[in-house]
Amino acid sequence: MIYFDNAATSWPKPPCVLEAMAHYLNDVGASPGRSGHRLAVKAARIVYGAREAVAELFHAPDPLRVVFGANVTEALNLALNGLLRPGDHVVTGSLEHNSVMRPLRALERSGVRVTTVRCARSGELDPEDLEAALGPDTRLIVLNHASNVVGTLLPVAEAGAIARRHGVLLLVDAAQTAGAYPIDMQAEAIDLLAFTGHKSLYGPMGTGGLVVGEHVDAARLAPLKRGGTGSRSEREDQPSFLPDLCESGTLNAVGLAGLGASIRWVLAQGVAQIRSHEMALTRQLLAGLAAIPRVTVYGTQDAARQTATVSFTIDGLPPSEIGLRLDDEYGIMCRVGLHCSPAAHRTLGTFPGGTVRFGLGAFNTAQEVVQAIAAVAEMAAGAREGR
Amino acid sequence: MSGESYAVILVYSTSHAMRIEKLLADRGIGCKMIPVPRQISSDCGVCVRIGRDQQETAAEVAAAARIEIQGIVEI
Repeated sequence: MIYFDNAATSWPKPPCVLEAMAHYLNDVGASPGRSGHRLAVKAARIVYGAREAVAELFHAPDPLRVVFGANVTEALNLALNGLLRPGDHVVTGSLEHNSVMRPLRALERSGVRVTTVRCARSGELDPEDLEAALGPDTRLIVLNHASNVVGTLLPVAEAGAIARRHGVLLLVDAAQTAGAYPIDMQAEAIDLLAFTGHKSLYGPMGTGGLVVGEHVDAARLAPLKRGGTGSRSEREDQPSFLPDLCESGTLNAVGLAGLGASIRWVLAQGVAQIRSHEMALTRQLLAGLAAIPRVTVYGTQDAARQTATVSFTIDGLPPSEIGLRLDDEYGIMCRVGLHCSPAAHRTLGTFPGGTVRFGLGAFNTAQEVVQAIAAVAEMAAGAREGR
Repeated sequence: MSGESYAVILVYSTSHAMRIEKLLADRGIGCKMIPVPRQISSDCGVCVRIGRDQQETAAEVAAAARIEIQGIVEI
């Protein structure tokens, strides 16, 4: 069995993640931030430890500005809906996931103006095009750090510099890069970083969040939901401070126990080491696939300019059939179709047919890549013979 | 810490208590997160206990971290 669907969710998880979650459920259990008894304090310390781990990983100065939520989609919705008002202009790229495009299309109907800067067919974005799209009403730039379809990395540091120069905020969707690629919110001038716990951070599903940088005025950030926070209970209006402003209702503390442990695991491995391992596998996969007749590989086709996510098609075989046969005949699990990113597939020229996506992770091996290349080569040869 | 003479920093949120605890520890100031003493009312249930002689420093640390505190009370 070969698991190449890490771009959807990573698997397996490091054993320390399971241990941390079992410890929480077995030995802690209480609600964090709601009482002063010993178990509640233990719970609160675990959740706070996860905040510190997030802040350390992304070089964010203040762990109190780490807002936890269910996933990156929720974090992106919080940032977009929380900051943009009718009349505001927002600039994005043509490689975005629907977790950005759908909120933006809905905001458009309420009077927010959206400009989509065209990316190249490889998915790459020219920072000059981005800068040219800014206007006097531009409030926010929102960019995918890397495409979930082809792994192409976008120039977030350049976007950060542009954003600072023009006095606008930069929101980065780090769904595909958090843990797999170095991120430094301060050096790259990232004002808001949306992340998910269950992909390259190797944590459980149901965890993620938004890291709010120092340039963002929390008073201008409207929460997605309001309710109990365990703080300022005498008042019926929402607390104005982070993270409580945006964290109503009991947190997924057992998940955050796992996330804290998984980020510590990532930090112990080293993001640079994980990146270098995945880059070697990606280089091997790209070279292997490119050498197969009738196979088209999309994106940069350069491991240094992308994550370990590779998209391809085989002439004469629909992606859905390739996916089914990879699973049935070769035990390879991947994802086919449009990957919730019609914009990206239009950019790549693969809309509406879609692609086959191999999403590699830290636990994959060179041997698995060899097997996968052989499987694709066999299927492509079969397609030529009309099988 | 100065013998049995304590003060507690009352905060609005447990996260704030832990942040202050960390910032004070970074400065080598002895402190401990404890349940709020029964004679004091506070919502989140915990506070940070410090030596009475550290009240001024603690207030400065909280202000520098932009954490609004409910107050510092001698116990």
